[in-house]
Amino acid sequence: MKPAPFDYVRAKSLGEALAALGDDAMPLAGGQSLLPLLGLRMASARLLVDIGHLDELRQSSATDATVTLGAAVTHAEIEDGRVPDPGHGLMRSIARKLAYRAVRNQGTIGGSVAMADPAADWPACLVALGATARIAGPDGERRVAVTDLIEDIYTTSLVPGEIIVSFDIPRLHAAAKTGTAKVMRKTGAFAMSFVVAVLHDGDQADRIVLAGAGRRAERLAETSDAVAAGMDEAALRAAVAADLAGLMDAPDDYAVRLHTAVVLRALAEARRS
Amino acid sequence: MRTITLSVNGEDLTVTVEPRESLADVLRERLDLTGTHLGCEHGVCGACTIEVDGKATRACLILAVMAEGRRITTIEGLRDDPVAAVLRRHFHEQHALQCGFCTPGMLIMARDLLNRSTPSSEKDVREGLAGQMCRCTGYAGIVRAVLAAADETTSTRSPTP
Repeated sequence: MKPAPFDYVRAKSLGEALAALGDDAMPLAGGQSLLPLLGLRMASARLLVDIGHLDELRQSSATDATVTLGAAVTHAEIEDGRVPDPGHGLMRSIARKLAYRAVRNQGTIGGSVAMADPAADWPACLVALGATARIAGPDGERRVAVTDLIEDIYTTSLVPGEIIVSFDIPRLHAAAKTGTAKVMRKTGAFAMSFVVAVLHDGDQADRIVLAGAGRRAERLAETSDAVAAGMDEAALRAAVAADLAGLMDAPDDYAVRLHTAVVLRALAEARRS
Repeated sequence: MRTITLSVNGEDLTVTVEPRESLADVLRERLDLTGTHLGCEHGVCGACTIEVDGKATRACLILAVMAEGRRITTIEGLRDDPVAAVLRRHFHEQHALQCGFCTPGMLIMARDLLNRSTPSSEKDVREGLAGQMCRCTGYAGIVRAVLAAADETTSTRSPTP
């Protein structure tokens, strides 16, 4: 588990980091995904540009409508409530069950999204919350919804030289109800199935977002509509099966039962909340 | 190669490393601090857990060059720590180790858990230590030891960083 040789530079500012990045260079924040991949030689880089400590990426702020979280905010900082939670506790509860505390202390929310593991927690959460990523690059800044930023398994629309700076996350309505459910092989492992449910969020549509089934976290359209329409459990199960048929190539019985159970658990938690 | 200064257990140590070297490798191979054990080397087993700026951290998932300017504490640095001392005694009494390979990481993580919370049930401890693998004990003794230490340290814990 030794990575191939690379060079390392600790950027002093976002501008310096952008200038240092280029082909065959990668931004490094917490390193909790990138360093194992480099060690396994599934990724390689000539240069790592350390951005984990940059003020621009560590800042968080809040207005009545929106919470902005810096991309280098760690999972543990979210878990401990050191940054505002636009989900009224939803993000804290997700952080608490993400990997292990020693990983949460270093790993960052921006890194999780940039990695785009199809089973990861933050992409599903940020899609459910309707978050927008602010991205800095050599040609200036752009904003893109997280649901569009993540395109496929481990694939985003980020191009070499770009860095996620922060996420703008709309606050949930005060009366919104949220629930999550996750099935893992062991505590802290990536999910086999993970669902975030957001209901009664003002005039926004209900969102049931599933990770671990498709190639990226996706809102289950039929399921979300069925929930909003107050359909019974049999109709919900049929809606989940229909959504899964669109997400997966021929989902087997186990996959349908697993993801259906996790959807129903997240819904039950949301209704209790 | 580059020369960096690392603050390890309160001492500034100057060492020449390759950027690709993990902090765990540098601690063990260049600084002879072999209390930090390396198992899986990709963040799963928890044997190499240390503290960086007071936060439990996988030493295999941080480069030594990333740790320059940060405060590193390894198991060797907890010799006189009151919570670690209580944990060591209960690990001994509860037979919480056989081969001892996982023990440094277990002790660091258990101490972190006690400093952040008061685990009162077996479930709390098992969740808190879920990232630490032990292949000998079946965890029963470890869980008992941490619960016993939690009982004892509620009055004498060290301040949360």
